[in-house]
Amino acid sequence: MLEIRDITKSYEGKPLLEGISFSVREGETVCLLGESGSGKSTLLRVIAGLEEAESGTLWWDGEEISRMPAHKRGFGLMFQDYALFPHRSVQENVGFGLRMLGLPRAEVRARSRSALAMVRMEGFADRTVTELSGGEQQRVALARALAPDPRLLMLDEPLGALDHALRKQLIGELRRILHDSRKTAIYVTHDREEAFGLADTLMLLGKGRIAQAGTAAELFERPVNAWAAGFLGLGNLIPGVVAGLAPLRVNTALGTFRVDACFQEWEIGREVRLLLRPRDAQVLSGQSERENQFPARVQDSLFMGENYQSELRAGEYPLLIQTEMPLEVGAEMKVAFPSDKLSCLEVE
Amino acid sequence: MDAKRGTLWWKILLWLLPAAFLLVFFYQPLAAILRLAFSKPLAGPEQSAALGLTANTFAFTLWQALLSVLLTLLVGLPAAYLFSHFEFAGRKLLRLTALLPFILPTVVTAVCFNTLLGPRGWLNLGLMALFKLTEPPVRMLDSLPAILLAHVFYNSSVIIRIVGGAWSRLDRKLTQAAQILGANSWRVFWEVTLPLLLPAIGGASLLVFLFDFTSFGVVLMLGGPRFATLEVEIYTQALYLFNLPLAGLLSLVQLVFTLLVAWLHSRLSQPRYGKSALSAERANLRRPKTRAEKAFTLVVVLVLAALTLLPLLSLVSRSVVSLEAERGARGEAQTGFTLRYYRELFHNPSGSLFYVPPAAAVRNSLLYAGATMLIANLLGLLTSYALRCSGRLSRWLEPLFILPLGASAVTLGLGFVIVFRRPPWDALSFSLLIPFAHALVALPLVVRTLLPALRGIPDSLRQAAGTLGAGWARVFREVDLPLLLRPLLVSMVFAFTISLGEFGASSFLSTGSNPTIPVAIYRYISQPGALNYGQALAMSTILLLVCAFGSLIIEKARLPGEELF
Repeated sequence: MLEIRDITKSYEGKPLLEGISFSVREGETVCLLGESGSGKSTLLRVIAGLEEAESGTLWWDGEEISRMPAHKRGFGLMFQDYALFPHRSVQENVGFGLRMLGLPRAEVRARSRSALAMVRMEGFADRTVTELSGGEQQRVALARALAPDPRLLMLDEPLGALDHALRKQLIGELRRILHDSRKTAIYVTHDREEAFGLADTLMLLGKGRIAQAGTAAELFERPVNAWAAGFLGLGNLIPGVVAGLAPLRVNTALGTFRVDACFQEWEIGREVRLLLRPRDAQVLSGQSERENQFPARVQDSLFMGENYQSELRAGEYPLLIQTEMPLEVGAEMKVAFPSDKLSCLEVE
Repeated sequence: MDAKRGTLWWKILLWLLPAAFLLVFFYQPLAAILRLAFSKPLAGPEQSAALGLTANTFAFTLWQALLSVLLTLLVGLPAAYLFSHFEFAGRKLLRLTALLPFILPTVVTAVCFNTLLGPRGWLNLGLMALFKLTEPPVRMLDSLPAILLAHVFYNSSVIIRIVGGAWSRLDRKLTQAAQILGANSWRVFWEVTLPLLLPAIGGASLLVFLFDFTSFGVVLMLGGPRFATLEVEIYTQALYLFNLPLAGLLSLVQLVFTLLVAWLHSRLSQPRYGKSALSAERANLRRPKTRAEKAFTLVVVLVLAALTLLPLLSLVSRSVVSLEAERGARGEAQTGFTLRYYRELFHNPSGSLFYVPPAAAVRNSLLYAGATMLIANLLGLLTSYALRCSGRLSRWLEPLFILPLGASAVTLGLGFVIVFRRPPWDALSFSLLIPFAHALVALPLVVRTLLPALRGIPDSLRQAAGTLGAGWARVFREVDLPLLLRPLLVSMVFAFTISLGEFGASSFLSTGSNPTIPVAIYRYISQPGALNYGQALAMSTILLLVCAFGSLIIEKARLPGEELF
């Protein structure tokens, strides 16, 4: 369907996108996940035709569309702050794209009604958009983008401006709507919860490139490097140096770690990061000894509902771990991470 | 409890001084005009002639104002688009010179066009030299086109600033949303951009209409005897034909109509779509890229430069060039650089027809302008503070302060003549009233500059200062004053330049021996003789330079993001 080839763009002289390539299959929801300033919105605007890339091409079903003006691409875009037309009613907003298609008035009316029904806003058709709440505006914007039945739907941080509770609820709804309409969609966000909740395929955008692409589970289990793991918030990253191979051993300030789960080749002396996931931590009692153990001191212990999240200090590193029981603040203890749960990651 | 009563007293005191001022210097003259207008029975042949004249004058005033607004939009809208979208060489300079005409005295504007298009202007001199003519071939003055041209010159900056400001702050995402939904650029303009800009365009047009409708100096000096707006007719009837009742009737018509327009304008300028159509920051400007964009930029820049720069340059250059051929026998025009006209300003040679040394006019004007600046800003500050807090008191009294907006300078002058030109006021002390009339003329613009700035200071700042131990006087000094400094500078420059250039009221109030600069310029330019012409040009150039300096201060000192008007 959509194919993006080698898109480059700079902003105020600095490279923003450095050769982005990926493709989107029919009916698939692709999430572009990246920090603010990573160029993900710009990439979306390039695909929409609102901005021009410095190089690279866009293809749709084998036809090049890089130079096609935005209004002819037949894509839908939902803006971050919705960009609803303040001088038109809810229904007129939703019907705008249908009118541009040159549809007869009755059909415009019927189809904008059904688009409003899809987002459960039927009762709001004659309201002015300025009197809607943030969540209502969000729904109207979605209905407006969906109404002309675009061949590609793009969403630019559509939940960014909403509060947490509403966001959670709307992620579910968006999922239902994207699934029911079987739309091909690109969803841009910096929030991994949204990305994990919505994406068929996740693209991690960092430093102008796609750092990693895959399903949410793949990214979660096998982050491509320390930056990806950090951005996804997977756990503690401890710097170290490869000291032995087969089995892999890594020297760190907290001692030497043995790593069994290993997905790539390493060489001795290579600088790496160890990923210690909070859920894998084992707190040792008494004199018991395990591999990959090190001493730590409890700084804080928070009840999270299901379990406890404790903040420890191990040497110079802060360390987050999950435990079943609360830990006593100030207590000295040993913590271990099983060697088959550790990941060794490249620095970049 | 005590504190509360204390603030109420303060509020009343705030209102009292501006209210008293308006009562004495605005409502009293206004009442006198009304009395005069209705002093004669509305029947009889003399009255029906008066009504006919009033109707005709009104019709012409309306017609020329409408035409002027249309032409101004024709120039202003493309320029507004250019300034809000594109970066180009000379942008800043052009923006500044487009502002200059707005604060340029009407008299100077008229003289500018005289030096360009008049019988002794560059165009005619050039054509005469080129084709060896003995008579000036172009008779542009004393015609409707001359009036319209000056009005466009004057007001295109209003359109550029208001519409351009709205355009640059129009949320680009809205037009992009329309684009993505399948609208081509033409449809985007009709369906999104234009509807969202309409309030700004309407408001700016009404403002321009108001300025054109009450136009006095330009019509008097460029329209010649054939064309008279209500303002000019009031002036003629009162000062030359001594028909005060008819002048009163004309003033009444003028007042009612301008109030109507001012009311419409205030209704229109209320924000329609809240903030939703505006983006927080201005969109980035870009250089024109396509060939069409480049051509558009070039054409608009050329038109604007021709319209605003040419008349200004023409005045300055003509004021330092002497043409010996003008003396007597026509022949080869000998042109040469001279500062004679400027030197003549400061001593009065016997050859001059004039009984007042121009230097005296300069002195008078500077004194009046200084006094106006102080009076208008003191009153403006008090009025703004009074209008700032919205309460029942404000709601009752606010219309009283809005009304003077509708009064023209000539009406004001007429009212002053009726009320104050009698004992105990003698001719000399009568002209001392000029700063008061000027302060009334300047007050609306002063309040419009100060009030938004004042409303922009969040009350929490004052409260924070209060909880940190500052009394009200200290709060004013430490919070309000520093934040108001720049707007105050702007409003002071406004008041000063308005007073320097004010012509309508001054032409009623200044006495023969004590003219202001614009009155003196008008007298000089109405007289034959190269020296008189040259001296008018020299004085106009000086006023022009003062105003250019003023507009530079205004441009630099206005709050970022704040548009004028």
